[in-house]
Amino acid sequence: MLNQTGIPTLEQVLSRFPNNKALARPKAVLECYEDIPCNPCATSCPFDAIHIGENINKQPVLNVDKCTGCGICVQACPGLAIVVAQIKNEEAWFKIPYEFIPAPVKGEIWRGVDRNGNVICDAKIESVLLTKKQDHTAMVTVSVPVEFIHQFVTVRERHE
Amino acid sequence: MIQKELIIIGGGPSGLCAAKIAAEAGINVLLFERSFALGGQLVKQTHKFFGSKSQYAKMRGFDIAKKLISDLEPLTNVEIKTNTTVVGLYPDYVVTTLEDDVYTRYQAQTIIVATGASEKSLAFENNDLPGIYGAGAVQTLMNLYGVIPGQEIVMVGSGNIGLIVSYQLMQAGVKVKAIVEAAKTIGGYKVHASKMRRLGVPILTSTTVKKAIGTDKIEKIELVKLDDKWQEIEGTSEVMTLDALCVSVGLSPMYQLLSMVGAKTKFVTELGGFVPIIDEHHQTTIKNIFVCGDAVGIEEASSAMMEGYLTGLYVVKNMDRKHPDHKNLLNLYETQLGFLRDGPFGIKTKVGLEKLRKELDHA
Repeated sequence: MLNQTGIPTLEQVLSRFPNNKALARPKAVLECYEDIPCNPCATSCPFDAIHIGENINKQPVLNVDKCTGCGICVQACPGLAIVVAQIKNEEAWFKIPYEFIPAPVKGEIWRGVDRNGNVICDAKIESVLLTKKQDHTAMVTVSVPVEFIHQFVTVRERHE
Repeated sequence: MIQKELIIIGGGPSGLCAAKIAAEAGINVLLFERSFALGGQLVKQTHKFFGSKSQYAKMRGFDIAKKLISDLEPLTNVEIKTNTTVVGLYPDYVVTTLEDDVYTRYQAQTIIVATGASEKSLAFENNDLPGIYGAGAVQTLMNLYGVIPGQEIVMVGSGNIGLIVSYQLMQAGVKVKAIVEAAKTIGGYKVHASKMRRLGVPILTSTTVKKAIGTDKIEKIELVKLDDKWQEIEGTSEVMTLDALCVSVGLSPMYQLLSMVGAKTKFVTELGGFVPIIDEHHQTTIKNIFVCGDAVGIEEASSAMMEGYLTGLYVVKNMDRKHPDHKNLLNLYETQLGFLRDGPFGIKTKVGLEKLRKELDHA
């Protein structure tokens, strides 16, 4: 259980995933399952696609139609709780936040990790973005086999 | 004796914010900070902050410190003394300090105590072995001086500080072997917990440290599981090897200067321990002595900043002065602080403050 292990249930994860049809385009997955006083995701979204409202303790709600999958919220979230997901043929593409050094480099294969911290698949680094505006939170675009779309969450160490 | 209009004790988030407001209202402010640098605990916070825009959300803590300090730069009526420890506070509004072993006396019309909090410790066998640190010490070593505390560490406590410092340890290349929590559930924000879990760090709830093992320094720890009554469950002992242990089991408000001056205090669990009794404008039971930030209840730095700005405004009014934007700012910061205390994490403070106010009615 999330409040004993830090691992959200599959049900919780699915509740934040747009359906596979919507995922033909990149969409944000807001993994914030708790009322905490925080709203940078909502205020940073240029498309008004994330709603929290005046009471900043509410959990964010995504307007799937408005979300363009730009990933600005991925870097804005202080909890590193947002990824952008997309289904491209047999692959799931993600934009994930990354705050360790060395950061991945385009073309490398890293280990794909699930919410338990277990290595589940190879993850191909498609691109890495780190501008001054991101304030040291790199945004890594990575592809994994599509069957891991609801399991994959981050990458760990390079693995040729 | 040196005479001042307003003395602020403590240059952390709440003290800096109070100084800004008071100075903007034309009050001559003298601020004491015992460290060589302003910013309090913010200077070692490398993570992005929660909250909303008024609390500088998504900025990293040390950048918020820089922002609060730079806000004071254009205000020529703020005098700051770093490396200066306040050692006494007296009923005739005398503040005594030590700076380079020189003892000095000041007297002020109004005083704001913004001394923050100190770390709690944990009692277990051999808890004085070298290699056992408080979370604040780990952050100072690692994030200010670039020194890692060890190679393999266990964190005791899963509050936000324990979780965040664990993350920072991993970023610095230290292996966090486990996060241990005596309570049944994780104390801090679950987003922080999930971040650690996906890095492969187990969070062990209903678990505590029974003893540290080692001759010259810590080498191992013995962990045990706890039952519903916080008692050790026989046969659950587990030994882990490590070379450092970090204890992050909460904070206590630093109310001692206020006790010295005779301000009434009360033990309020929700606020972290003994706290000065205050009215709704953060005035203690001693007229013209105010308090804000963690010294009057443990919260996040976001709340400390809001309290600092607000206490600045209350003090300005109490001193019969005028802040050019009093009405708007009062409304903004009171609303913001209200929001921060509205969720399941902040509500604790609200309950605690109500208990304090009740005490004032009886005082």
